[in-house]
Amino acid sequence: MIKTDVLIIGAGPTGLFCAHQLGLIGLKSEIVDNLSKVGGQCIELYPDKPIYDIPAIPECTGEELTNNLLEQIKPFNIKFHLNDRVEEVKKNQNRWSVVTVNKKEFNVSSIVIAGGVGSFEPRKFSIKECEKFEGKSIFYSIKDKNIFNNKTVTIFGGGDTALDWAIELSNNCKINLVHRRDEFSGAQASVEKIKKLHSVGKINLYTKFQLMLIKGSQNIDSIIIKHDNETTKEIKTDYLLGFFGLIMQLGPILNWGLNLNKKTIKVNTENFETNQSGIFAIGDICSYPGKLKLILSGFHEGALAARGCFKYARPEEKLKFEFTTTSKLAKERLGIK
Amino acid sequence: MAKITYTTHDNKIYTINVKNGLSVMEGAVQNDVPGIDADCGGGMACATCHVYIKENWLDKLPAKEDGEEDMLDMAFEPKINSRLSCQLIVSDALEGLEVTIPSKQS
Repeated sequence: MIKTDVLIIGAGPTGLFCAHQLGLIGLKSEIVDNLSKVGGQCIELYPDKPIYDIPAIPECTGEELTNNLLEQIKPFNIKFHLNDRVEEVKKNQNRWSVVTVNKKEFNVSSIVIAGGVGSFEPRKFSIKECEKFEGKSIFYSIKDKNIFNNKTVTIFGGGDTALDWAIELSNNCKINLVHRRDEFSGAQASVEKIKKLHSVGKINLYTKFQLMLIKGSQNIDSIIIKHDNETTKEIKTDYLLGFFGLIMQLGPILNWGLNLNKKTIKVNTENFETNQSGIFAIGDICSYPGKLKLILSGFHEGALAARGCFKYARPEEKLKFEFTTTSKLAKERLGIK
Repeated sequence: MAKITYTTHDNKIYTINVKNGLSVMEGAVQNDVPGIDADCGGGMACATCHVYIKENWLDKLPAKEDGEEDMLDMAFEPKINSRLSCQLIVSDALEGLEVTIPSKQS
């Protein structure tokens, strides 16, 4: 059981900056995120795309923004729990008990949900039969590439993940690459490499095709794919890999008794607290009149939510407003001598 | 202003007069047409405002930007007539547009 002041759900820019604000006012926090790395949408959706509307930073990429935020929160030694997702949230006297998918338990005085539009999960094949093969002959991510050695693997998708794996696995297996159109969104260099591997017979390419049917009982025997012009083709394959990007699911957040508005959580704009006292929501996941889904709004919301957390963590104390330029205490917390 | 017809996957029909300048996505969301999520708020950063365009409208609409096609790769059951409704800006020219909403967005 981990006892701390605040648990932040989501390691995107909003969650990271909120940890900074909590640290400045002397509160301890830890962060849980479903992804394997810190940065949220910035890292998952647009690590290389420049952002132009962060105050006082004319231009930076999602990755640079994340790295700068990590640098900024370094003095507070924030502990991250990645590849994990909060499953259960329960009131425990005047504190909150939290349990994650990996069975980690937290006891905190407040929770800040900075969950973006939910947790990222791979988008799956839309055909129902795929479920029974999932984890056996159908995968949406690769943990051990050796299981594919000397087998036939059919990869669906046109982005970097699909192309990179097609190239990598073509060393030791027979690869079919299937994509719904002729153009690929992956890096140009990878696209050229794929075309080269195709021309020497290492990769079979099927463009303008989509999955229509799977044949097989225990394992997959073959699949039928359908062209845009309605013609079909049967391919023998041992494995299917689907790389269609990630979708965002609100998941267990739906069950925490929060006041929801479509996929967002209603908050007040004084301290971004939800209808549950001690649970705050900031960033893309919160909604209030006039809400803008901008990173800069998330920073503001995080600063106010952090102050909102203070009264639960230190009920006997009064929070004094201070500037980092002049406050001795803030400088101490930042490790500045 | 253009009259736009949204048909849900279970054949419920919503015909709405959408103001010029709004997107086809906004026309749906602001009028509680179910089935269009628009998680990213219209920024072409998700694929949850995916619609199918009635065939006879396909070449009358402005062409897709690259980014739209990339996002459609991640949509639920994309077809040749798939578009992101946030990228279709309403003008008088869209009078009578008919779109169908997929059974799922994510």
